[in-house]
Amino acid sequence: MITGADFLRLLLESGFDFFTGVPCSLVKSLIATLEERGGYIPETREDAAVGLAAGAYMAGKQPVVIMQNSGLGVCLNALASLSRIYHLPCLLLTTWRGYQGKDAPEHLIMGDISPTLLETLGVPHRVLSAATVQDSLRWAGETLKQSNQPVALLLPPGVLQ
Amino acid sequence: MNLAEALTVVVPLLRDELVVHANGFISRESFNLNDRPGNFYMIGSMGLASSIALGVALNRPDRRVVIFDGDGNVLMNLGSLALISATQPANLVHIVFDNEVYGSTGNQRTISAQVALEEIARASGYQRVQRVDTAAALRSAAQEFLTNPGPSFLLIKIEPDREERKIGRITHEPPQIAARFTAAIRTEG
Repeated sequence: MITGADFLRLLLESGFDFFTGVPCSLVKSLIATLEERGGYIPETREDAAVGLAAGAYMAGKQPVVIMQNSGLGVCLNALASLSRIYHLPCLLLTTWRGYQGKDAPEHLIMGDISPTLLETLGVPHRVLSAATVQDSLRWAGETLKQSNQPVALLLPPGVLQ
Repeated sequence: MNLAEALTVVVPLLRDELVVHANGFISRESFNLNDRPGNFYMIGSMGLASSIALGVALNRPDRRVVIFDGDGNVLMNLGSLALISATQPANLVHIVFDNEVYGSTGNQRTISAQVALEEIARASGYQRVQRVDTAAALRSAAQEFLTNPGPSFLLIKIEPDREERKIGRITHEPPQIAARFTAAIRTEG
């Protein structure tokens, strides 16, 4: 397990410097750390967060959009008809509810299809584990810069404290 | 006053403002009237022009950012009015061309004839709010809004175009629009 504070430090070290999103209990500690630090923008919807990130990117920032995977459904069109076609990258830090089919009923279908959905959308992604956070963030930062496209990190339960 | 006439009043008042355009005829009319590097034309992602503009405004408080929005777009992302109000960017001017229809898809009605969008903005917490329906009132309000701190919300009641406008689409490719706009943001105003 990694703490929210350590996770944020690694995000900042990887060059990410603008944070918005819609919360999930799996990233509670990260959002608490961001709120303490200041500058976190609590969005009202995940697609609006993708729009906000697009604007931040054009203003020179490296944005992170934090969301539950339920929010992936909300922001499909924003990713397809804004981020992807205009080449406006962001890191989608997406929690993985419904992981391995063990969760409340509302999470099971989205949990089952989350990786496939990202593949269909053409969004490269990796699954986070406590041991590989640093590597995954480095990969995300490099992939964003090379492709000018959004990338996603799926965060299963039990990784972030 | 229709959309083209309203734009003919507002656009000549622009100097170095960054202008994020909603999709549909708002982008197309403005592009055909006066294409400028500081214009971002959002061709998809309906509703998100105000979110994109807020992302720019929060990170470049030294630059004035304008949204050319539509009633259908505002209704699709009302949460954005709340977030703009919560974050209070003084450099943001939200201009809504309200023709009470979805113009690009055949003038199906929106609900802005029944709902006063500017009252939602006022209740949310925009600093400056006005509704205008003549060219003279628009000129005077736009001048005031473009030179005073916001966030401000200017609702322009316009007539829908009855005949479909024979007006070209944006000819720039989306990555080119984004790259040009990014360069315009970096240029000191």
